[in-house]
Amino acid sequence: MDVLDLTRLQFAVVTIYHYLFVPVSICLSSTAAGFHLAWMRTGKDKYLHLTKFTGKLLIVTFAVGVVTGLVQEFQFGLGWSAFARFYGDVFGPTLAIEGMLAFFLEATFLALWYFGWDRLPRRIHAATIVVVAVGTLLSAYIILAANSFMQNPIAYALDPSTGRAHLTSFLDLMTNEVVLAAFPHTMGGAAMAGSGLLMAIGIWRTHADRAFLTLSRVGAWAMLIGGMVTAISGDHLGKVMTAVQPMKMAAAEALYETTTSAPFSVFAIGELGHDRPFFSIEIPGLLSFLGTGSFSGTVQGIDDLQALYTAQYGPGSYVPMIPVAFWTFRLMIGAGVLGMALAAYHLWSTWDTTRRVPLLPRFLQPGAGTPGWLRRFVLIAPVLPAAANTFGWIFTETARQPWLAFGISKVEDGISPGLTSPEVIASLAGFTLVYGLLALVWYRLVVHLSRQPLAPVEKASADSDPVPSY
Amino acid sequence: MITFWFAVLVLAWVLYFVLEGFDFGVGVLGPVLGRDEHERGAIVRTVGPFWDGNEVWLVAAVGVTFAAFPDWYAALMSALYLPMVLILLLLAIRGCALEFRGKHDSPSWRRRADLLLAYSSGGIVLLWGAVLGILVDGLALRADGEVTGTGLARSLGPLLSPAAGIGALAALLAAILLGATFLALRTTGPVRRRARDVARHTATGSVVALLLLGISTGNRLALAAAAIVFIAGLQARRSREGTSFAAVAVTVAAAVVAVFTVHGDVVLRSTLNPAWSLTRESAASGPEALKLLTVAGVLILPGVIVYQLWSYWVFRRRVASERVAS
Ligand code: HDD
Ligand code: HEM
Ligand code: HEM
Repeated sequence: MDVLDLTRLQFAVVTIYHYLFVPVSICLSSTAAGFHLAWMRTGKDKYLHLTKFTGKLLIVTFAVGVVTGLVQEFQFGLGWSAFARFYGDVFGPTLAIEGMLAFFLEATFLALWYFGWDRLPRRIHAATIVVVAVGTLLSAYIILAANSFMQNPIAYALDPSTGRAHLTSFLDLMTNEVVLAAFPHTMGGAAMAGSGLLMAIGIWRTHADRAFLTLSRVGAWAMLIGGMVTAISGDHLGKVMTAVQPMKMAAAEALYETTTSAPFSVFAIGELGHDRPFFSIEIPGLLSFLGTGSFSGTVQGIDDLQALYTAQYGPGSYVPMIPVAFWTFRLMIGAGVLGMALAAYHLWSTWDTTRRVPLLPRFLQPGAGTPGWLRRFVLIAPVLPAAANTFGWIFTETARQPWLAFGISKVEDGISPGLTSPEVIASLAGFTLVYGLLALVWYRLVVHLSRQPLAPVEKASADSDPVPSY
Repeated sequence: MITFWFAVLVLAWVLYFVLEGFDFGVGVLGPVLGRDEHERGAIVRTVGPFWDGNEVWLVAAVGVTFAAFPDWYAALMSALYLPMVLILLLLAIRGCALEFRGKHDSPSWRRRADLLLAYSSGGIVLLWGAVLGILVDGLALRADGEVTGTGLARSLGPLLSPAAGIGALAALLAAILLGATFLALRTTGPVRRRARDVARHTATGSVVALLLLGISTGNRLALAAAAIVFIAGLQARRSREGTSFAAVAVTVAAAVVAVFTVHGDVVLRSTLNPAWSLTRESAASGPEALKLLTVAGVLILPGVIVYQLWSYWVFRRRVASERVAS
């Protein structure tokens, strides 16, 4: 691998890692706020315990999100200094405003909430966690707007003397049609990621405390609703994407020729090559529907787009890695659908009812209880949405290749010119090692925290300071 | 406008180094001042609610550097690639050690967290100090603002310069002073006493070092710093912890301002050719971006400062380090 590929790999590893924890934080902060408000309203102990429990999970996950997010802030200069110079005008203010507007809010108010149980008036205290939840949504929106600029560059002008991009309108940048479509989609995905974790812990610990059953059902509902949001918004996002980056949609289906009523392959066997047709199970017209909104619409093929771009931008290959695009797109959808199915099954099997449905086998009856296999393989509940998120991003970012910012600058022009391979290898190794260990410790902690009794046993404490942690 | 944003940027870096300076100092001093797990817990609790908010000043400082001076951001990060990566890795370890420490009820877990916290905090301070030293010295920037070289030495090399070494040591002293005066201010009991002692002794040492430096180089700033640190040590002795901490904070702030302004208009000196140095003008972003930043900064930053101060007020109570018989 040359230094460019290594830098891309380094960026991908570090960013994907950040995005494993961030959606969980986004979801958990809203969930904690929800439980907190439910407790304020009903006064039920159950909700108080769930609030505190979710809060602990949030703190632990947030910490990983923060330290890895900090790395992201430096990444653009570390490996992509040429990119940082060209787009500093557009990107820099976006990141700076995100930091000033959202991260200060999240960090300060999360501490106020977590440590403030006996130091703040009740209502103000409840408000602090709501502020945290809003802060996470804000930061997600702003950073997605920055990413959307790369997918669909708008609101800039190229300075003819320096060749650099200058921002022309921040408002336009923030209302890029791509970010408007991507925000609900990613937030649906975030809801699924966090609720997968809650559902798993709830199922695993139901026998310890009935409140965990509530937790698992809240998680399952959030997973279902989040899944519907991703599906509906994903359909819309597909149309926006086909409009701004037709090559991406063609690559997602390995569709070489421009086709009317293009089918969608659910599954394919064999190489997704150009000349050899590959075997696939197809749903007629679905690709056209995803891309254009009509089953008989026309989807442009890879070959025609390549010819078009060569004429427009000069010679070169404008085709991304087809198998990666093809499979990540399917795996994203597949993992999400499986996650939703799991959530639906869990809701059904823990439904508080005595009704019986004729003909259904025992384990499919409503209220049949959680089967042993689900208890044993409960980890798939958080893994499925995390996988869907990761595949979604790999698809989005690799099928943007060879462009860094679509239509204006290629990836090879963005890398730091002086960078050497050994440096990137060292950083890749360092991050892999430290991040790997962090993930292990995080996992151990989550397991440990889930094992604690929800209702704290009043033990005579030697601490005179009632702070809940440290 | 460019001068204004330069000032905001220096302010963000100053706040970061002062605020996280005491976080790092507290981290380093934890195993030194805390004789047992209970005391070490109290020490960590003094920064518990604050460190994350403090760290965001780094996000802000880096963000503003990127936004207002993209060329500076690009040159600094890519030239100091590996030192920055090391800082980030240590920051990751530090943050998680701090946040995970109290979430597991086992002595060995806590001991490991305390040690990780101390070593990572120390490492970060040394590295940041070295980076500031390098900023004073300058980098081998070419005309395109990049530093070339072979292999790991390209970005690790600058760390070996004398300026980097002096910077690292100075930063460590400063962090210990900040941490000790902060702990004395925020705790009661044995930890408070010991922190006061450490503050006094470190202050004495620093005053001597600063005086030597000031007299040998004729640098008035160093002499002024010696005077303020002397006051800090004196006030620590008289249990005026507030003034003592403030004096150290002022010294650190002044030192950071000095580093950022030594070369006047030049923000990053090229050691190869003065013409290749980055100046405020040449590194700045376009007027539209600066205008946007100004609007955003004026609207947002005052609020940030207000609610951060509020959070310090909410958690103003001292942390008890003595054991209470139950
Ligand atoms: C739990 C997560 C999850 C699930 C179940 C889905 N997605 Fe997704 N998808 C994401 C998580 C995600 C993501 C990680 O959030 C991405 C990456 C970049 C982005 O904006 O969202 C994404 C990107 C993404 C893109 C690319 C956008 C671009 O490149 O600009 C499209 C077209 C879709 N999705 C469409 C769908 C469809 C039609 C789905 C069917 C139900 C679907 N997604 C399920
Ligand atoms: C939202 C802000 C984001 C921005 C500004 C951003 C920017 C970038 C940049 C500059 C690169 C390197 C150039 C390139 O290879 O094209 C890149 C690559 C990549 N990013 Fe993103 N990214 C963002 C979010 C994400 C997220 C959240 C993920 C995954 C979870 C992700 C996954 C990737 C991957 C896999 C690559 C490598 C693609 C390749 O080189 O083939 N990105 N991104
Ligand atoms: C590649 C570009 C990215 C950069 C530069 C970046 C930067 C950061 C930084 C600096 C933090 C730490 C904030 C703190 O100290 O409190 C952070 C956390 C966070 N990031 Fe990212 N991020 C990136 C990608 C993303 C994406 C794609 C999303 C969401 C769609 C996201 C959402 C968040 C959220 C919600 C947090 C706060 C919650 C948490 O810390 O877990 N980030 N990010």
